[in-house]
Amino acid sequence: MKKRVLTVDDSRTIRNMLLVTLNNAGFETIQAEDGVEGLEVLESANPDVIVTDINMPRLDGFGFIEGVRKNDRYRAVPILVLTTESDAEKKNRARQAGATGWIVKPFDPTKLIDAIERVTA
Amino acid sequence: MDMNEIKEIFFQECEEQLAELESGLLKLNDGDRDPETVNAVFRAVHSIKGGAGAFGLDDLVSFAHVFETTLDCVRSNRLEPTQDVLKVMLRSADVLADLTNAARDGGSVDGARSRQLITELEALANGELPQPAAEAVKAAPVAEAPRPAVNEEGFQPVAFSFDEFEASEPPTIEPSTFEIVFKPKSELYSKGNDATLLLRDLSRLGEMSIHCDMDELPALDRMNPEAAYFSWKISLKTDKGEDAIRAVFEFAEWDCELDVALAGDASAGAGEELPMQPVPFDLSLLDEEAPAAVAEDEDQSAEQPRDLNDAAVSAAATASNILQMAQTAARAPAETAKTAGPAPVTAAQAAGQQGASAATPTIRVDLDRVDRLINLVGELVINQAMLSQSVIENDTNGTSSINMGLEELQQLTREIQDSVMAIRAQPVKPVFQRMSRIVREIADMTGKSVRLVTEGENTEVDKTVIDKLAEPLTHMIRNAVDHGLETPEKRVAAGKNPEGTVRLTAKHRSGRIVIELADDGAGINREKVRQKAIDNDLIAADANLSDEETDNLIFHAGFSTADKISDISGRGVGMDVVKRSIQALGGRINISSRPGQGSIFTMSLPLTLAVLDGMVVTVANQTLVVPLTAIVETLQPEASAIHSFGASQRLISIRNSFCPLVDVGRILNFRATQANPVEGVALLVESEGGGQRALMVDAIQGQRQVVIKSLEANYTHVPGIAAATILGDGRVALILDVDAIVAASRGQSLKPEMTLAAAG
Repeated sequence: MKKRVLTVDDSRTIRNMLLVTLNNAGFETIQAEDGVEGLEVLESANPDVIVTDINMPRLDGFGFIEGVRKNDRYRAVPILVLTTESDAEKKNRARQAGATGWIVKPFDPTKLIDAIERVTA
Repeated sequence: MDMNEIKEIFFQECEEQLAELESGLLKLNDGDRDPETVNAVFRAVHSIKGGAGAFGLDDLVSFAHVFETTLDCVRSNRLEPTQDVLKVMLRSADVLADLTNAARDGGSVDGARSRQLITELEALANGELPQPAAEAVKAAPVAEAPRPAVNEEGFQPVAFSFDEFEASEPPTIEPSTFEIVFKPKSELYSKGNDATLLLRDLSRLGEMSIHCDMDELPALDRMNPEAAYFSWKISLKTDKGEDAIRAVFEFAEWDCELDVALAGDASAGAGEELPMQPVPFDLSLLDEEAPAAVAEDEDQSAEQPRDLNDAAVSAAATASNILQMAQTAARAPAETAKTAGPAPVTAAQAAGQQGASAATPTIRVDLDRVDRLINLVGELVINQAMLSQSVIENDTNGTSSINMGLEELQQLTREIQDSVMAIRAQPVKPVFQRMSRIVREIADMTGKSVRLVTEGENTEVDKTVIDKLAEPLTHMIRNAVDHGLETPEKRVAAGKNPEGTVRLTAKHRSGRIVIELADDGAGINREKVRQKAIDNDLIAADANLSDEETDNLIFHAGFSTADKISDISGRGVGMDVVKRSIQALGGRINISSRPGQGSIFTMSLPLTLAVLDGMVVTVANQTLVVPLTAIVETLQPEASAIHSFGASQRLISIRNSFCPLVDVGRILNFRATQANPVEGVALLVESEGGGQRALMVDAIQGQRQVVIKSLEANYTHVPGIAAATILGDGRVALILDVDAIVAASRGQSLKPEMTLAAAG
C-alpha cells in the first residue's frame, strides 16, 4: 500500500517540488497551504507522515504541529519540519512543539525521502 | 511537471512575494505596526530564499538570507523599523528584485550595490544605526567583523551551513565495536519517533547484537501504555564511526538517554553530554506531567488525551513518593525549555489574528483562455447584432415574441460581455507599486527627497491596458521627479517642505480610467518652453499661445526642457513618446500647470481595449465608427453658421465661438472635393490638446457598442484609422482615429501613400 504524506507549505514552488518528489518516490501526496488548512484536511488526508514548513500565514508550523499532537487519532504521526531554519533555536522550538525530525532546506529530494524513510516503518 | 516548470512557478511566486514585500515595507513606512505586516514581509523574503536554495541560486540565497536576518530582528522587536531602517530595506527589496530578475533572465546585477546593502543590513542586525550611503561604502570592509557574540536574548549566533548533512558524512575508519546504551523517554514516542525504527537504522551500520532491558516494566495494572519502559544495550561493529551512530539518533537525542562508547573504553560514557542528568529513578512512566513540552500544551488546552492512562494515574497516586522523584526529574528539562516558553502562546495569537483576514478564494487561469473567451464573446455580440438586423429586415408585421426574445438576448449578451471583461480587469496596484521604486531610484540619483503618494490603487482596468501603462507612467514619473520637483535647497528657499510630493491617483470616471500624476514642484517654466519651441521651429517667434497651449508644447516630438539631456529622463525619449503610447491605448493626456505649485498630468484611458462605444456614421457611402468618448456634441450646421477662412479652411460658429470644420471624407481621401456642410452633420470633438474641431460626416446611423478588431494584426496600419469592427450586417466598418484626423486637419496631412478607398 502506498504511504500517504501530508505536506503543509505556503510556497507554491516548494509545494510543487514536494509533489513531484513524493509522487516519483511512490508516495501518495496530499497538500495544504498553511497550518489551518493542514489541520482541516488532517482527517481526510489520514497521513502516515507529515512534512510541514515553519513560516506560514494564518497558523505557522509550530502551531500546526501542536494541533496535530492534540488530535487523538493523529498525535503519533511522524512530523518532519521542512525549513530553511537550521539554527538550533528553531529546531528546539519545533521539537518542543512535537516535531519528529527536520529536513534542512535547500530542498533536496534525496534528503527528503531519506528522512521520511527514517521515521516511517 | 518538470523542474523547469517548477522554476517558472518559482519566479511567478517571487514576483508576488516581491510585491507583498514592497507593499508591506511601505505600510511599515507609513507607521503600520501590525505584527502580521512584519510577518508577511519576513515570509516573503523567506519564501524567496527557500525556493532559490532549491534551484541553487546562490546570489539570491545569500542576499535573501542577510535580509531575512535583519527582518527577523524587526520581527522580534530587536530593531525598531524607523524610516531610516525602512529606507535601507526598501532599497534591499529593489536589489532582491534585481537579483530575481537576473536569476530568471540571465544578465548581471550591480554587485557593488548589493554588497553595500548586505553591509548595511548586517549593520542594522547588529544594532548599528543606519549611516548615510557614502559612509557605509567606506565602512564596508570593516563592518563585517564586529558581531556581538551574544545578543540580548542570550542566543548565540549560530554558524549557518547548508552542508550540515554532508558534514556528518562519516570518514572511513577501521571497523570497531561500540557499546550503545539507548533508553527512550516517553516523549520520544509522543513526538512520533519509534525505537524500533531507530534500531533498524542502527542495524544498517554494521553487525549488531541487541539486549533489551525490561526490568522497569511494571505490572500490567500499573502500566502506562504510552510510556517508555525499555532500554537497550547494543553492541555494534561498524566502520562508520561514532558520528554515524549519533546521526541515527539525530531526531531522538533529546528524548532519550544515549550512551555511545567504544567497547573496552571504560572512561567514555561517564562524561557524556546527556540532555538531562541521569536520574536513578527516571520513572517518567508514572508521572502525568513530566514532559516539559506536554505540560506547556496543557496550559492552553485541558483536552489532552489523558483518559487512556487512567489506570496508570491511580497507580501513580498510590506511589506518591516515586511520583515526587519523577517530578523532580522533570523539572530539569522544564528549565531548559524556559527560553522557548512563550512560543506556543505567540503562535496561537498569530493564528487568531491571521484567521480574521482570510482572503477571498481565487483561481489562476491562463490568460490565453480568457482571451479566447473574450474573442468568442465578441463574435457572439456581432452575431447577435446580425441576427437582430436580419429579423428587423425580414419581419414586416413585427412579431412581438421574436422581438422580445431578441431584446432579452441582446441584454444577456451585453451582460456576458461585461462579466467576461471583468475577468480580465485587474487593479492598477502592481504598476503603482513599481512606480515607488522608480521614484526611490531617481530621488537617489538626483539627490532630491521625494515622497510618492498613491491613491485608488484598487481601481480596476483591463490587464492589457495595465501592461501597457507601465512604460509611459515610468517615463512621466521620471520627468516629474527630475524636471518637476526642485532640489531641497530651492524648495526650502521657496518656503516649501524640502521633501517633494508626487501624487499618483487612479479613478473611474464615466466609463474610463483616469490616472493623474501631480507633483508639487515648480510647475512648467513657460518662458523656457516657449523659447525652446521657437528655437526648434515648432512655433513662430511671434506666435500668440495660451498658457495651456504652451504647456502642451512639451508633448511635441524632440522637445526637452532640460538644458542638457540628463541620465534620468533624457534617454532620447520625450513626452511625445508618452503621448503616443497613451494614444495608442485609445487614451488622452493633458497637462495643467501652475507656476510655483506644480504640474498635473491627467491621462484618461478606456477600461478595455476590446470593445468601444461608438457612433456609426456615413461618410461618402462608407460606414465609419467614431469613438463616443471623443464626441462632445452633434449638430446640424446651418448655412449661416459656416464661414470660409483662408483658401480652403472653413469655420463653424457655435454659440458665438468659431471652430474649424473638418471634412472627414476629404481628409481620408474618400472624395476629391469638400462636401456641402449643410447637407451633413457636424460632430463636435475634443482632441487631447484640448482644442475642439467639428468633424463633418454625411449622416449618423446610430450608436452602438462595437468589438474592436485590430487593423494592424489583420491588414496593416492605416493613418487616420484606429481599428476596424464588424457590423450587424456583416460589413467591416473602420473606427476613426479622431486625434489623427484633427492633427491632419491642422495641415500635417495624413501620409500620401494612404489610399483609404482600397481599405474601405
